[in-house]
Amino acid sequence: MGKPIFGLFLGAVLGVLDGSTAWFSAPEVRPQILSIVFFSMIKGLVAGVLIGVFAKKVRSLPLGILFGLAVGAFFAYLIAMQPNEQGGHYYWEIMLPGSILGMIVGYATQKHGAGGGAPAMGS
Amino acid sequence: MTLSDVTLEHLRAVAGEPDADGRYEIVDEIARGGMGTVYRARDRELGREVALKVSLQPGNEAGLEERLLREARVLARLEHPGLVPVHDVGTLPDGRLFYAMKRVRGSRLDHHFAAEPSIPARLRTFERICETVACAHAHGVIHRDLKPENVMVGAFGEVLVLDWGVARLRDDGVAAAPGPVDEAPAPGRTAHGTVLGTPGYMAPEQARGDVEGTDERADVYALGAILYFLLTDAAPPPDGSAGSPRRRNPAVPRPLDSICTRALAAEAGQRYPTVQTLAADVSAFLSGRPVAAHREGPIEWASRQASRYRTPLLLIAAYLVMRAALLFWPR
Ligand SMILES: Nc1ncnc2c1ncn2[C@@H]1O[C@H](COP(=O)(O)OP(=O)(O)OP(=O)(O)O)[C@@H](O)[C@H]1O
Repeated sequence: MGKPIFGLFLGAVLGVLDGSTAWFSAPEVRPQILSIVFFSMIKGLVAGVLIGVFAKKVRSLPLGILFGLAVGAFFAYLIAMQPNEQGGHYYWEIMLPGSILGMIVGYATQKHGAGGGAPAMGS
Repeated sequence: MTLSDVTLEHLRAVAGEPDADGRYEIVDEIARGGMGTVYRARDRELGREVALKVSLQPGNEAGLEERLLREARVLARLEHPGLVPVHDVGTLPDGRLFYAMKRVRGSRLDHHFAAEPSIPARLRTFERICETVACAHAHGVIHRDLKPENVMVGAFGEVLVLDWGVARLRDDGVAAAPGPVDEAPAPGRTAHGTVLGTPGYMAPEQARGDVEGTDERADVYALGAILYFLLTDAAPPPDGSAGSPRRRNPAVPRPLDSICTRALAAEAGQRYPTVQTLAADVSAFLSGRPVAAHREGPIEWASRQASRYRTPLLLIAAYLVMRAALLFWPR
């Protein structure tokens, strides 16, 4: 599996898991949970492809993680910009975990997936 | 009139210096080994600096010239970045045999690591030594005198394995006769009796003079002894009882201890069968993979996984901590 495809799948799966946590962290949004999970998956999927493409071109674990952080934060920001029904925003709640997930995808796409990358060893 | 010690020393050195009239101009002495003296010299024809290894005395009484020639031939036969290229072989006007080779700039393995405590850095150098020896084995050459003094580390970390004078070539049958060590070598010097090698680094079968039973696994033993040295900063005991390096340095990780102990097994059949398998185990250790020579317990397994996957585990932990914090954060 190529790195972009691997990034796509991993980003989508993590997006679904991350979106689902809103059920517990923000009970007031439970009625919209399906659309939250859907948009979170799309966000993870697009970010995952971009991070995967980066990993294919740049073979550096630190740069891969840094790029993942930037992309994860940016897409999370796009989502957090949408106000909720009360007109409020969940910047921290969405951006902080989104950035970490971006880093995880950045790490994983450097280590795994066909098309080169950092040497296969942990840390 | 009495001559001072310094003057005497100088006269001795000049008397031993090869005749400089020929192609090579001697610059100074680099080192004196059991087989010959290594000089820094200038090749007048090609205008470059070389190293000249000159036999200790003319004539071949102690078989030294044969060893020197064998060494030059072995080096010429093998081509590897870990071996010094030989340029020329000849006889000096005073009758002594010499060969000219590339001059290596660097330090001996034992000196090089005096100020480098990092085990991974030492192991990476060890892997390169193994690569060079494995290449020699692939060409039917067994070194038989591997020790830290015979390995040089260059300025860019390149590794060169020296002193192939007692090497055994599998297909020409050149070998030492069986028998006990009949001449005790000076510390760190190669014995020039019927048994060739250095106590502490010599496999038991080689020390017994069992020529037929001495094969590639004798080099595996010597590499195990070099690994022991790299892990403990001490030469293995000369009686062949090196055993576990952890007994000398408790900081040695258990898998490395097992690798070393297996390479140093008294029975050749208990050692790694080839240098490649030894090197593969060292690489496995370096990259956090399981080591063939070591059966790990569940705690060791967990700590190896934790250090191997440190970054992703930290990232996942950070995510979970953040999620938990957001869950309980008062809003
Ligand atoms: N090509 C070279 N360039 C620079 N220094 C060298 C070179 N070859 C050898 N030396 C130096 O000379 C020393 C002695 O060389 P070598 O081990 O080949 O000699 P030897 O007479 O076979 O020694 P031994 O007593 O171990 O049999 C080495 O430890 C190294 O420091």
